[in-house]
Amino acid sequence: MSALPPTKDTTPTGGRQRSAKVFWSQLVYIATGNPVTLIAFSLFLMIVIIAIFGPVLAPYDPLASNASNALQPPSWDHWFGTDNVGRDVFSRVLVATRLDLLISITAVAISFVVGGFLGMLAGYYGSWWDRLVGRMVDTIMAFPLFVLAMGIVAAAGNTVENIVYATAIINVPFYARVARAEVNVRRNAGYVLAAKLAGNSDIRVMALHVFPNALPPMMVQVSLNMGWAILNAAGLSFIGLGVQPPTAEWGIMVAEGANYIVSGEWWMAIFPGAALMLAVFTFNLMGDGLRDLVDPQRRT
Amino acid sequence: MSGSRLAIVGHRLLQAVPSIIGIIVVTFLLTRALPGDPAAYFAGPAANEESIAQIRAQLGLDKSLPEQFWVYVVDLVDGDLGTSLTTGQEVTDDILRRLPASLELTLAALIFSIGVALPLGIMAALRENSWIDHLCRVVVTAGVSLPTFFTGLFLLYIFYYLLGLAPAPLGRLNILYLSPEPVTGLYTIDALIAGDFDTFWASFTQLILPSITLGLFSLAPVARMTRAAMLQVLGGEFVRTARAAGLSRRTVVITYALRNAILPVITTLGMVFSFMLGANVLVEKVFAWPGIGSYAIEALIASDYAAVQGFVLTMAILFVILNLFIDIIYTLVDPRVGIDS
Amino acid sequence: MPLLDVRDLTVEFATRNGIVRAIDSVSLSVKKGEILGVVGESGSGKSVTSYAVMRILDRAGNILEGETLYSGMDLAHMPEAEVAELRGREISMIFQNPRTALNPIRKVGHQIEDVLHAHAQAAGANLKMAAVDALKQVRIADPEQRYHSYPFELSGGMCQRIVIAIALACRPQLLIADEPTTGLDVTTQKAIMDLVVDLARERNMGALLITHDLGLASAYCDRIVVMQDGKIVDQGATDMLFANPGHPYTERLIRATPRPDSLLRDLLTDREETTTPATTAPATQASPEVLLEVKNLVKTYPVGSSSPLSFMDSVRRKIARTPAETFRAVGGISFSVGAGESIGLVGESGCGKSTTSSMISRLIDKTEGEIIFDGVDIGAVPAKDFARHELRPAIQMVFQDPTESLNPRFTAFQSISDPMRRLGGVTSTDEAWSRAELVAKQVGLPAHLLTRFPHQLSGGQKARVGIARAIALHPKLLILDEPTSALDVSVQAVVLNLLADLRQEMSISYIFVSHDLNVVRLLCDRVIVMNTGKVVEQGPADQILSNPQMDYTKSLVAAIPHFSS
Repeated sequence: MSALPPTKDTTPTGGRQRSAKVFWSQLVYIATGNPVTLIAFSLFLMIVIIAIFGPVLAPYDPLASNASNALQPPSWDHWFGTDNVGRDVFSRVLVATRLDLLISITAVAISFVVGGFLGMLAGYYGSWWDRLVGRMVDTIMAFPLFVLAMGIVAAAGNTVENIVYATAIINVPFYARVARAEVNVRRNAGYVLAAKLAGNSDIRVMALHVFPNALPPMMVQVSLNMGWAILNAAGLSFIGLGVQPPTAEWGIMVAEGANYIVSGEWWMAIFPGAALMLAVFTFNLMGDGLRDLVDPQRRT
Repeated sequence: MSGSRLAIVGHRLLQAVPSIIGIIVVTFLLTRALPGDPAAYFAGPAANEESIAQIRAQLGLDKSLPEQFWVYVVDLVDGDLGTSLTTGQEVTDDILRRLPASLELTLAALIFSIGVALPLGIMAALRENSWIDHLCRVVVTAGVSLPTFFTGLFLLYIFYYLLGLAPAPLGRLNILYLSPEPVTGLYTIDALIAGDFDTFWASFTQLILPSITLGLFSLAPVARMTRAAMLQVLGGEFVRTARAAGLSRRTVVITYALRNAILPVITTLGMVFSFMLGANVLVEKVFAWPGIGSYAIEALIASDYAAVQGFVLTMAILFVILNLFIDIIYTLVDPRVGIDS
Repeated sequence: MPLLDVRDLTVEFATRNGIVRAIDSVSLSVKKGEILGVVGESGSGKSVTSYAVMRILDRAGNILEGETLYSGMDLAHMPEAEVAELRGREISMIFQNPRTALNPIRKVGHQIEDVLHAHAQAAGANLKMAAVDALKQVRIADPEQRYHSYPFELSGGMCQRIVIAIALACRPQLLIADEPTTGLDVTTQKAIMDLVVDLARERNMGALLITHDLGLASAYCDRIVVMQDGKIVDQGATDMLFANPGHPYTERLIRATPRPDSLLRDLLTDREETTTPATTAPATQASPEVLLEVKNLVKTYPVGSSSPLSFMDSVRRKIARTPAETFRAVGGISFSVGAGESIGLVGESGCGKSTTSSMISRLIDKTEGEIIFDGVDIGAVPAKDFARHELRPAIQMVFQDPTESLNPRFTAFQSISDPMRRLGGVTSTDEAWSRAELVAKQVGLPAHLLTRFPHQLSGGQKARVGIARAIALHPKLLILDEPTSALDVSVQAVVLNLLADLRQEMSISYIFVSHDLNVVRLLCDRVIVMNTGKVVEQGPADQILSNPQMDYTKSLVAAIPHFSS
């Protein structure tokens, strides 16, 4: 077969320089391609901004109580009204964003790293690694997860750190299972065997060949899991664990407002609850967008 | 064929054993591995030196860990979960008394959840891009975002405060009514058995809002899985064979598609149960439902460790039983089970 | 009047990238008692034509123009309810992948009954009898027993027989067979095709056989239609078509299909021939030096090792001290490969050839035996340590599925340069690029494709990348595991010639693993035939094919569909 002489545009450094530019152009392509993804990314951006700049953006001090101004419905002064000790609900909702997000991101990060690593080992090496990780995952999954989180926090102590650890522990099985399944499927793929033939050690094969391809499905899990982690953390604080008053956190705010909703003062519970819902909704929607971003086959 | 099926079912029962062992070990570690002096935790914040020492001897907390574990297991087998600080009763008695309320709530939520999600998912798959498909997708996306406790409060506000349709969230039954003769422990069923329709209606109306709240969150994953499984099966090759062979649409959808699609839905139920047993706690708090969820919350606030431990153990055992149930149903429906794929 | 008369059929699909015309003005006809072959490579539109006739196109598909007349009735414009009645009763279809074509959780007997019931061919007590009868017709042993089987309990060949039984249960007039033997072993292939054709002739049915295998079409079809890119480019009676192909594409296909007597260069048309002078036979100057020696190689797997044993099972086993059951994938084979020699390792699926090649390339560990390469017992080195061994670059492999064998996240350049960086001492990107371009030139891959990802390359291009990666380190032994079975036959011809050229240029030894004896004969000096983990026969390639000694080899050779010319 006669070969064509190399054409001029194969610059030796061409491949390298392009990767950073390529990433951003891909990001824009994915974000603008699907309107839903665009909405999700925009909402996410807004939430992150609020989380970072919450205290600055809040019109009132979230902890400043004012008994004479208690239980005021929403007005121009107080967009979300005031609560039973006169604090501005809007400011509290804004400031709570940071705490709720921090709790869930930390918890998900921990369980992603721990669960992903264990699952990868179980999927790649099989045999007793698989059995060990399997037993661990099965033991955690033998409990209804929220109940287990309650038990962990009850035993370890009623602090915010323990909420994070408890949420992380109950999420490990998800990541372990997804990682194991995705690695298992790719373990004997042609390109993985080729990587071994090319002299890559097991660790290099796992890190550079298997894991980057297992990443897209795991990314979807991360996004969906974030939403679930936020709900769990808020649920725990709703029943009185972890966060203590007067801290501003969505779950505890709903709990405090719950007593008043049956007598018609709805704003104290509804607004933080709606904020919670919006955050979870955003993360769920982002799942698809994230997967598209990381999967090379979706590119142009 | 049925002989080996029985063997597989027996096998599944055996596989539950390691789970139960794991649960017992974890609950033991959780409460015995407390920072500080476990005896003080169990004796409660109001205890003095004497009662702490008494508890310590009772629970064997001065012995070595393996010995403690033995004492723990022996107590469990006896049905002894310790004594509750707040009620002063045996924890076992407390739990058994309050369990039927939670069971009734969970059962009602399950019926609602599956009763809506299954048809929704199936219709959405059969009529792609129709209004019902879009409705399903909205339900699925929004459903997983709803915090259960928030939904409960929201529904209460709308249907109780604004519309006056729902009864006050004061528990299972209005004070005006007496609870029916306990046969199953479920007020609605018991009332029907006794032929008392007034009580039935009263307890039923109290049940509606809490069970919808509990069921709403699990609606989404079931509907999503049903829709996805149906779509996948309908696009599959054996459905193509069935269509090419001229089988009627009804046969194709029910005998070929649905029966195959139901399998992954059954496995999703495990996740649904896990969620429901946990979210029980939240719903019971919102609606003042006197089940073991609210029992646990009271125990947590009062640092009543024996009660919390009993609650976690009970829920976990319940969950194992439910999972076993799902496993067995799946084994009976899918003839491929037991084969190494 | 012909049984099936397709006139100017045009079908379009709505895809992400706009409207795609799958087939354009396709006209063909099938008479009663006639078998028509529709031949073409992937993307030719042959399957779409049959789906359109049966009206089972995907939702995105649309019959734009044309008519499909069955006994005078136009199926294309009939209401769905009426077409559904005809399906299964008058016109039936069988597909490839018999395992997935059957409902996995329903007994096969019941699946046959469903068809009979749908078309009111039997009812009540007769239903079971009719189903068992249908099983007898497709020559299944123990039909009463098999009635109660599930698809996962049956082999691929048996599943296909069930599919045929379902299709023919209501005695249709027309049978459409879409690649019915793809994925089946070559001996099973012959049995299934013989069955289909026998039944068709017996019942005087018309049949439409869709295939990419020209040999298969020539062996079983009366007339052939050739399709390319959605159009019919040639048609005629089988004998006439092969003697006098009307269209250059037909000619190319005929040439590219390996035959018992074709030579490697014959596979290519004139314009594809290399610029280097071609030798008429593969280089057989194997030096007496032995490069690889395999002695009594055994590989056993414990049964059920893939799924973690349940706790109670493993306890029970330990108590009872029963040895774990084992599966003997390779049961003691011995052979040798000389320097510069090319040998073929042939057998059907499950014979152990892939396991053997995996052991030789040190991807998995042996259970017993010796593997001696270049004087070194590489079998003694554990697989996980071999990546660091000095002989690692000397043994490389080309894989079967070009798509699966390339990392989807690596560009072609990254895939090719990885071995160079790991083992070839290449450190700078510049050096990697210049060497990659050199290798790309050697395999005929245009250099501008090096920056592309696998999903942006064609099948043939991906195959070249896989080969380039394998030869990047100048190995002494190259193991080729079915490298062309996933490729179109014309691409296969080009790749096989490329492999022959490379072997000559670089003096590499080949172990060519395949199930296709014709292909093996073109590239290999010697052939080793395997069955159920043992060597059945070995010897010079031509000799094995022309004069097989053992029964198994004989049945293998006889099963190859050959051209009548």
